[in-house]
Amino acid sequence: MATLHTVNKSPFATQALLSCLGHAKAGDTILMIEDGVYGAASGTGLSDALAAMSGNVTLAVLAPDMKARGIDEGRLMDGVKTVDYAGFVELAATTDRTQNWL
Amino acid sequence: MEDGVKKFLYVNRKAPYGTIYALESLEVVLIGAAFDQDVSLAFLDDGVFQLVKSQDTKEIGVKNFSPTFRALGDYEVTKLFVERESLDERGLTADDLQEIMWEDEDEDYAEKPSIRIVSRAEMADVMADQDVILSF
Repeated sequence: MATLHTVNKSPFATQALLSCLGHAKAGDTILMIEDGVYGAASGTGLSDALAAMSGNVTLAVLAPDMKARGIDEGRLMDGVKTVDYAGFVELAATTDRTQNWL
Repeated sequence: MEDGVKKFLYVNRKAPYGTIYALESLEVVLIGAAFDQDVSLAFLDDGVFQLVKSQDTKEIGVKNFSPTFRALGDYEVTKLFVERESLDERGLTADDLQEIMWEDEDEDYAEKPSIRIVSRAEMADVMADQDVILSF
């Protein structure tokens, strides 16, 4: 029984990603989309905290949104995987529910 | 699970008047109540500000919709989960929230509180127990 969480706001602007990490359960996936992709970069003021909190959830980032914002795949935090639009649909279809952190 | 009945959770994370999210959420809850589903509301992060008592919007020219929460019981919406950590972080306690009651027709219309204060971990359990989550 896993949940797909989506986060579409920059973690430097809102608490959505932190709150999401505080409520996600083992086996869940957190997909960063739109401005949420800024949370996936390594070496930011938040990346250590995010890496520590992410525990046994899967962190993913939507590649088209990442590329649009000039974030190179090499800059992603360790363990963050990239998905394309088809991968997004696959995640939504294979989890039990989707929760959007607006 | 009863036939055709799904568990719906409305997640409220925004303060009441700075954006339209909170009012829209309440509107959708009231509309959804007509469909006889198993409905719960969650209030966390700035969403807890929606339930603070003594709201007075006269001088900002917008509708004070906080009394509407007290009508939810009449629509069989009786589970309002409020996250304790979110209250703590904002210097609030349960006493700062308005009293919201519902009448249990199975117990001679006994009045019962709708607000349930839960920990962050319990809130995560509530979320993981749903069929559908609608976020505001």
